[in-house]
Amino acid sequence: MALLDMQAVRGGYGDADILHGVSMTVGEREIVVIVGPNGAGKSTAMKSVFGLLTIRGGSIVFDGEDITGWAPDRIVQRGICYVPQVDNVFREMTVHENFEMGAFLRRGDLSAAYDRIYGLFPDLKAKRRNLAGDLSGGQRQMVAMGRALMLDPKLLLLDEPTAGLSPKYMEQIFQITRDVRDAGVSILLVEQHAKQALAFCDRGYVLATGANRHEGTGQALLADREVAEMFLGG
Amino acid sequence: MTFLDFLNFHLVPGVVLGSIYAVGAIGITLVFGILRFAHFAHGDMATLGAFVALALVTAGLTPWAALPVAMVAVALVAIGVDKLFYDYLKARPKIMTVMASLGVALMLRAVVQVVFGVDPRTYATGIVRPDDYFGLLLRSRELYTLAAVILIVVGLTLFLRHSRWGKAMRAMSDNPDLARLSGVDNRKVTMLTWAIVGALCAASGFMLGINTELDSMMGWQVLLPMFAAAILGGVGRVEGAVLGGLIVGVAEEMSIFILPAQYKAATAFVLLLLILLVRPRGLLNGKVL
Repeated sequence: MALLDMQAVRGGYGDADILHGVSMTVGEREIVVIVGPNGAGKSTAMKSVFGLLTIRGGSIVFDGEDITGWAPDRIVQRGICYVPQVDNVFREMTVHENFEMGAFLRRGDLSAAYDRIYGLFPDLKAKRRNLAGDLSGGQRQMVAMGRALMLDPKLLLLDEPTAGLSPKYMEQIFQITRDVRDAGVSILLVEQHAKQALAFCDRGYVLATGANRHEGTGQALLADREVAEMFLGG
Repeated sequence: MTFLDFLNFHLVPGVVLGSIYAVGAIGITLVFGILRFAHFAHGDMATLGAFVALALVTAGLTPWAALPVAMVAVALVAIGVDKLFYDYLKARPKIMTVMASLGVALMLRAVVQVVFGVDPRTYATGIVRPDDYFGLLLRSRELYTLAAVILIVVGLTLFLRHSRWGKAMRAMSDNPDLARLSGVDNRKVTMLTWAIVGALCAASGFMLGINTELDSMMGWQVLLPMFAAAILGGVGRVEGAVLGGLIVGVAEEMSIFILPAQYKAATAFVLLLLILLVRPRGLLNGKVL
């Protein structure tokens, strides 16, 4: 059974629905990417998993438990962490303090958790005393992911982690995403860079106007002519 | 005028006044940074603290022993004020909370006036002669004030830097949405902030009272210099508030070299205007208002 199972989710932020029946699954140790044109509801679909919008239909089951309509703080405790697209670090706190804040809800000895994070992001070890706001965009994204991973989630939600990054950093973030997956975390991410994201993910969903349009393995979607014409620029 | 005269009659009083402003400005900057509004009841909360200490002194405590008790008392009052008034307005535009704090200021002042009257009071009667430290003239109350301010600033800095809830307060000031995503309980941080702010108010009111005199308008009169100090240092920056407080305090005492003494109070206003024109983020690069 899939770790995350969304079925026919409808909902939005206010009274109007943005999602008109979105279904998707994320399996254990799987990287799933959501792509689609602007306004397709990609980020909204991901935020629905994290309890950030009003759901008016459908269901979201995580790890065998129905989490539809749960508040974000309860979802965090259940094992899903979310990295927003912007403002996703504490800029005036050090790298290490950002990780400490990520583990705010965890008690006990955290040294193993810190070792794991600095193992995943070796670049940050030397910068642990630097303010997160002083880092480059790519490193800031690593801090944001590290902060979310401190709670040891089963599923990590990444909202456009490569937005505004150079191709070099984009490749690095994708590599880190694979490393995180190899460490046992499933990943659902929204990507603007559809071609690169589909090439690196396990499976992908193409959304359009708040509903599923295509789904399949990344390679299959890349090869699909309709998907290519839709927004991959031919 | 000799250099020692300059120290004794201008610099020392300026530093003492400045450190009192600093304690008030730290509270203002914490409310600004974490709760994101300008707290106009800050001065009158300080007045309340000064008079609570007076009540304790009247009951037989020594002034400096009354200070911690007054700090706890005003901390509780500040938490109560938040629960009774500000908490109801938190979903509304912040200007409503700002205006409500003006109302709270008037209420607190009225309570002080009803209970203690409107006449100036003191903690101790009689003239205190300063002691001579190699030509530097210092009264013991001034030394205690400086020591207390250093203790407060160092203690608060250590708390914010190293403790779990201190970091939660900084996280809430830095990025409230992300703090909530990380599981920080907004209500607990708000309550803790008010407890600290109330205690700081009481400390600044008490120290102002012991170095000058107490009256029911004392807090309101120092509200502008305290705000000027907070903005001068950079909103949201504790170390900025300390720097700003010292600058405003010393500048007020120095202003008599270029301005008639009755314009002393205008100094803070001039500094506030200047910093907003030249460097609106403040000296230590605080938040944009």
